[in-house]
Amino acid sequence: MFDWINNLSPGMQTAVWATIKILGVLFLAVLPMVSYYVMAERRISAWIQDRVGPNRVGIPLTKIKLFGLGQPAADAVKAILKEDFMPAHVRKVYFWLAPMLTLIPAFMVLAVIPFGSTLGAQKMVIADLNVGILYTFGIVSLGVYGIVLAGYAANSKYPFLGGIRSSAQLVSYELAMGMSVVPVFMLVGDLNLSSIIGYQQGTLLGFLPNWLIFKLPFCFIIFLISAFAETNRLPFDLPESETELVAGYNTEYSSMKFAMFFMGEYTNMIAASAMMVTLFFGGWTLPFAGLDQPATTIMGGFLHIGIFIGKMLFFMVLFIWVRWMLPRFRYDQLMDLGWRRFVPFALANILFYAVYIWATTSGAAN
Amino acid sequence: MIVKRPELSWWERIYLPAILGGFKVTGKHFYRTVFQRKSVTMQYPEQKWTVPEGYRGAPYLVKDPDGNTKCVSCQLCEFVCPPKAIKITPPGPDGQVADRVNAEKMPKEFEINMLRCIFCGFCQEVCPEEAIFLQKDYSLTGLSRGEMIYNKEKLLNLGGVHNGPIKKWEHKLKEAEEQESFPVKQN
Repeated sequence: MFDWINNLSPGMQTAVWATIKILGVLFLAVLPMVSYYVMAERRISAWIQDRVGPNRVGIPLTKIKLFGLGQPAADAVKAILKEDFMPAHVRKVYFWLAPMLTLIPAFMVLAVIPFGSTLGAQKMVIADLNVGILYTFGIVSLGVYGIVLAGYAANSKYPFLGGIRSSAQLVSYELAMGMSVVPVFMLVGDLNLSSIIGYQQGTLLGFLPNWLIFKLPFCFIIFLISAFAETNRLPFDLPESETELVAGYNTEYSSMKFAMFFMGEYTNMIAASAMMVTLFFGGWTLPFAGLDQPATTIMGGFLHIGIFIGKMLFFMVLFIWVRWMLPRFRYDQLMDLGWRRFVPFALANILFYAVYIWATTSGAAN
Repeated sequence: MIVKRPELSWWERIYLPAILGGFKVTGKHFYRTVFQRKSVTMQYPEQKWTVPEGYRGAPYLVKDPDGNTKCVSCQLCEFVCPPKAIKITPPGPDGQVADRVNAEKMPKEFEINMLRCIFCGFCQEVCPEEAIFLQKDYSLTGLSRGEMIYNKEKLLNLGGVHNGPIKKWEHKLKEAEEQESFPVKQN
């Protein structure tokens, strides 16, 4: 089936495989995941609030309900068929640009994440960049432009406040987030995400998996909390706090443009979960049954992808769960937590691990 | 009164107790809903709530135990109705006679516009004949405005039979019969 690809020049082969992987990841994994993530959010939220949640939509024109698993399709149809209303007072160019700028970076982050070991001869990562993590942070920081532009484009009070808040929040927490992963790279000695997973193979002290969470717990805590802030999730959902700012930056949006913000937000959460799994939870590895070595069979390849998605699901559910646990932070508390707690804490953390690594390696050298 | 503002301890200030408490509360609710199936909401059209006694639902006309129309077309309810939802057409001088023995008349037509009705219960309160009652129907639907104007026949069918303890007309009838054979006691 893939013979014709092997006859192409190496450059062409890479391009073709990358295209296949992009399309596969986007349409077979990310988009269905986003739609069912929204569904999961609604169901889990309902369960936590003693409700049932959407359980009606099944296969159209039949009585089959399938626990409401047809809901995402119904939501999509609704989003597309709704009137795309553009208020007269908006700044039109930015109004169009903002949803795209939210969605595109969210998808782009996924390019560097190794979501499996190998499938056949192909590494299961779209772009195995040497600067993987730098790329991620670069792209993630683009995400803020979508929100800020949306706030500016809407040209009304609440969206504007939402945009301002998001810029301040995202910038402050990105700093903490970026610094929280520095010890990871000091320890691993590489910025490539595949190498980071490679470093996490094997076991620690004989029984624990050799995941970085056990070596760098504080890095993980800072990263996790910053990830909540970066994805605008409660308790840090100040840019779109429903109760204060109506819906913040996306107040004026409707129909598919709103759906794009929504998809962007959920894709961001998926990307953040994937990053956490990659950086701190060993990616596609499991420390037993040889599952920490790259797969040699097709089945093994799929199993690794399954392990990766399984680990991701844990964090994705955590994102939903925490929403119903903690109240929203006040703006000054948010800034206080970001600048006065996390930034110094992250710096101290870097310093601690730097000293630790220097002490252990120089000791080994002597 | 001065309320003391408690100082948070270091343990409390690192948010961990709040997070653990949050997990506990949400986990409990999650377990309750998912595993014990104790959601507080109900699957409405399939599952319905029991309407409590004394509930003020839609007003319907009732029949007496003999199946006669109780309404005597006095129009008090029409006058008292705050949103003017009731419209009674009296039989007129040569109209239909009442179903009931001894009753003077009954309405030729009795309409309640359920789109106007506010379920206040004044009609029930004012009715001297106990002929109209607010019953337990709360979900009134129709495909047009015309459909929502309930006529006498429909109201009587929906209202059913009222078995009140006070049988005013039976009593009146007995009295009237006694009048016929007056003086009753001749010793």
